[in-house]
Amino acid sequence: MTALPEKTDKKLGLVIDLDTCVGCQACVVNCKEWNTTNYGAPLSDMDAYGSNPVGTFLNRVHSYEVTPETGPAQTVHFPKSCLHCEDAPCVTVCPTGASYKRTEDGIVLVNEDDCMGCGLCAWACPYGARELDALAGVMKKCTLCVDRIYNENLPEEDRVPACVRTCPAGARHFGDFADPQSDVSKLTAERGGVELMPEQETRPVNRYLPPRRKDASLAETKVLDTVIEEPKGLFAWLDKALEAL
Amino acid sequence: MHPAPSVIVFTSLSGLGFGILAWLGLGIPDVAGRAAFAMYFLGYGLAVGGLIASTLHLGKPANARKAFSQWRTSWLSREAVIAVMALLVVAPFAIQRIFLTGEPPLWLGFAGSVLCLATVFATSMIYAQLRTVPRWNHPLTPVLFLGYSVAGGAVLSGQPGTGAVLLVFVGAVQIMAWSIGDKRFAASGSTLGTATGLGKTGVPRQLESPHSGTNYLLDEMGYRVGRKHASKLRAIGALLGFALPVLIVIATPPVPVWFALAGLVHLAGVFAIRWLFFAEAEHVVSLYYGRTAA
Repeated sequence: MTALPEKTDKKLGLVIDLDTCVGCQACVVNCKEWNTTNYGAPLSDMDAYGSNPVGTFLNRVHSYEVTPETGPAQTVHFPKSCLHCEDAPCVTVCPTGASYKRTEDGIVLVNEDDCMGCGLCAWACPYGARELDALAGVMKKCTLCVDRIYNENLPEEDRVPACVRTCPAGARHFGDFADPQSDVSKLTAERGGVELMPEQETRPVNRYLPPRRKDASLAETKVLDTVIEEPKGLFAWLDKALEAL
Repeated sequence: MHPAPSVIVFTSLSGLGFGILAWLGLGIPDVAGRAAFAMYFLGYGLAVGGLIASTLHLGKPANARKAFSQWRTSWLSREAVIAVMALLVVAPFAIQRIFLTGEPPLWLGFAGSVLCLATVFATSMIYAQLRTVPRWNHPLTPVLFLGYSVAGGAVLSGQPGTGAVLLVFVGAVQIMAWSIGDKRFAASGSTLGTATGLGKTGVPRQLESPHSGTNYLLDEMGYRVGRKHASKLRAIGALLGFALPVLIVIATPPVPVWFALAGLVHLAGVFAIRWLFFAEAEHVVSLYYGRTAA
């Protein structure tokens, strides 16, 4: 049934640190690799070596520039994948029962055997977290690497989502938001983690840590100021000659 | 939103078909025998043809039968269930009208009509429920879908007076919906600032796209139509969808050939307007790609 659970035992999700992310795209690549070779239909590429390559990805890194009211503008790299919302609109719109939210840990998944590829769940998601695979004809989305996090065949340090495991900057953190003592809960509280598009009332689980402000002293640098106020020697002559023109 | 031909054909044709069937269930017009056959044939043809067209855009049509299962939560599933119920309940009433003498029970016709309109309502709610598409997420969306269905149904079932009045009504609602719809995205409160959470830090703008080519999200939800084209199409839609059919049904003798012509012109207008319904609708995910409210 595509009804949402009243409450989930755990709330597994990600904290993404926008201050730390360097936009290297390693999480994009490792996500694609893991999810192409494991759970469900592979993430296909169409025209991969041609002039117009298009492919399915569950995690993408956008880049923005943000200009504060005072101080210098800064670059923010912004990884985006499924936020595993508590009020996931993608689940309730599903006509076949393929989309569901797990009661035990809150992960939102697609049962590909039931999906008819109508695409309505992708329309219902405000975050663009779902992509219909052009080859398989079924909806693909982040599984929070459900086939890694509980996988006892993997060494313990690998039992986290592929994107978290691979991040060289440590910008991605995985944990249980239902537990106020978990690392992700504490990190969110400490750094003022925010949810995306709260006005859509999806109650996302994932949190984003805002970028720290750049040094204010940077803003004071006047790069294009006049270097010499009173020219002397050659500059004095050049100044005069230019004025005379 | 991407204006997929199969979905435009489906919503337009099945809406019209269910509109005709809804009128017939009420005994308007009061037809029997060969005339009833022709009208039910048209109504069923449009409704079923539209429903078949709707399966053409599926990625995995083999699983379409599972769409009957989630009627408790999903409007798309409700639409599938109610559509089949409508077609089944209308059938015995139609058979009595076409092949048998004597009046079929009124309640049966009435139940069929209610189910036909409920199908159209369910279709409209698939779009109206989506908070992610502010232009659709408005009570006028179901009013319009139902309006087109009963107005077009009235014209094609040969009711010039009722048809003309309903067409004028739907035309007025459509113009109102265009004007309200143009302001919905800005009114939704979603911006790149809320989408990224960076609005608290400052004013964000896109620096670089996450991918050099296109993707499913941009193809499906990033579709944009030029403002100039849109206003031209609105004018064409209003002319063909409402003005001309009203003129035809008022100014011509009430014979089937003129109803058919008025219905065809109306349908052409509905196609244009339905194309715009999708093409003009902006999805909030486009904010992540640096698009701003139009």
